[in-house]
Amino acid sequence: MTQLIVSGVTLTFGGLHALSNVNITIEPGLITSIIGPNGAGKTSLLNCVSGFYHPTKGEIKYGDRRLTHASPHQVSSIGIARAFQNLELFRGLSVLDNLLLARHQKLRYNILQAIIYFGKASRVEAENRAYVEKVIDFMELELYRKKTVGNLSYGIQKRVEVARALTLAPKLLLLDEPMAGMNIEEKEDIVRFILDLKKEWDITIVLVEHDLGVVMDISDQVYVLDFGEVIGSGKPKEIASNPEVIKAYIGEE
Amino acid sequence: MSYFFQLVVSGIVVGSIYALSALGFVLIYKSSRVLNIAHGQIIAVGAFITYALTVWANIPIFISLVFSMGITFFLAMSVERVFLRRLIGEPIISVIMVTIGLMSILDGLVYLTPFGSENFSFPEFLPTTPIGFGGVSISWTQMVGVIITIIMIAAFSWFFKKSTVGISMRAVSDDQLASMSIGISVPKVFGLAWAMAGLSAAAAGSIIGNITGLNFETLHAFGIVVFPVVILGGLDSILGAVVAGIIMGLIQQFASGYLDGNWGLNGTGGVAPYIILLVILLFKPHGLFGIHEIERV
Repeated sequence: MTQLIVSGVTLTFGGLHALSNVNITIEPGLITSIIGPNGAGKTSLLNCVSGFYHPTKGEIKYGDRRLTHASPHQVSSIGIARAFQNLELFRGLSVLDNLLLARHQKLRYNILQAIIYFGKASRVEAENRAYVEKVIDFMELELYRKKTVGNLSYGIQKRVEVARALTLAPKLLLLDEPMAGMNIEEKEDIVRFILDLKKEWDITIVLVEHDLGVVMDISDQVYVLDFGEVIGSGKPKEIASNPEVIKAYIGEE
Repeated sequence: MSYFFQLVVSGIVVGSIYALSALGFVLIYKSSRVLNIAHGQIIAVGAFITYALTVWANIPIFISLVFSMGITFFLAMSVERVFLRRLIGEPIISVIMVTIGLMSILDGLVYLTPFGSENFSFPEFLPTTPIGFGGVSISWTQMVGVIITIIMIAAFSWFFKKSTVGISMRAVSDDQLASMSIGISVPKVFGLAWAMAGLSAAAAGSIIGNITGLNFETLHAFGIVVFPVVILGGLDSILGAVVAGIIMGLIQQFASGYLDGNWGLNGTGGVAPYIILLVILLFKPHGLFGIHEIERV
């Protein structure tokens, strides 16, 4: 199992420090949550890890691989997948096609093999389909398999977003506010999915979330960001009693 | 009545070539939101390469066509790599200025060759007697041109509907962030879009050259008519480019067939596309098939 280490990462846009000297270690097999007020740099941090931004200073390592200057498709190819905060889905395609398209980037065959459709192509196609069905089954999307994504409700689209990340068979899954805007039952579903992913699929989870109740319940490790700096880290209990964190969340007297 | 059908036939011939020319333009716009002002120049260059290979190097015309498509494929891909790759994320006006510059450079280079000043015509390799049925006639060159165009358009549609690369290209035009996150290399897709555009431009140019003769100004003009065609079809719709190309061809032929010579009018075929362009921009600015973008402020 591989560790993700973010060491001394600083990200600036002009004079604005989105992240300053952030040190975070994501232990394999655990659920690590990143919390903090709006604008604290949580999404910027995920963007740095998944290759959408490159840190101004510092280093990101996944095992022995340096991710500091990797592009998004390179990051996704080594087993780090991401679900976005604002839905980024192919709205005109069905749920199944959204997932198959993602799966195809991972396992593919060339055009000659596709024309013959025997041996490698048909085997890969069958494997892809089986894997995607497994994901659909797990995320309880059977009912919506053939539905156009753009017409589905927000909660279901959020689930498709997570499902698409899963079809890449990641070792590490970055979830950016997977529960934002959901009602209690939908949140409970997502929490159940996340716990199962950790237990049954052995996927390391990085969770950015505002719902502190959920975070404190399911996280193994919590990091708190404020104004681009890590102001606290530890087990949920330690975080809840950390005066710095309370100050950032509730303010000073 | 046979006059009408004759106009329909020649309208479809011209229109299908417009469609093929517009295809490349739409491809680039659809994937990378770049308006390639130099598309007409790429069409001309493709035609000249085919001619040079056929006549000067004595290669059979169909083989030279394939070679020419291959050369423009790599040419357009390197143009994207060298000039446009570093402009990803820059304001649209800078990108347009670069393609205008590209147009001037290609113009200048063409004027250095004999193609800039002289007219050439492809050697006849098909029977010269036109095919006639019921008072309507079509030349062999036109017939073969239309057939090649139809095959190319069919191949492109298959490519976008069925192949993984084609679907990745559609994915990129739909949502770049999502595409990157599932492992599609977006710059590679941009390069490929340019390459395919170059390839289709060479095919279009060579067909035009065979039908009308090689004249830089004519090929130029073809590149400019692409604008009304894509505006009519909707800038980001491939189906739109095909339908609009044929509509534009028909309009042109009807205009010059029925209006020219009456009421002292002349050369209406050349003006008609631009009148249509203005009307569309007034009443349906996103075209027949384009996506109507709503911006909320």
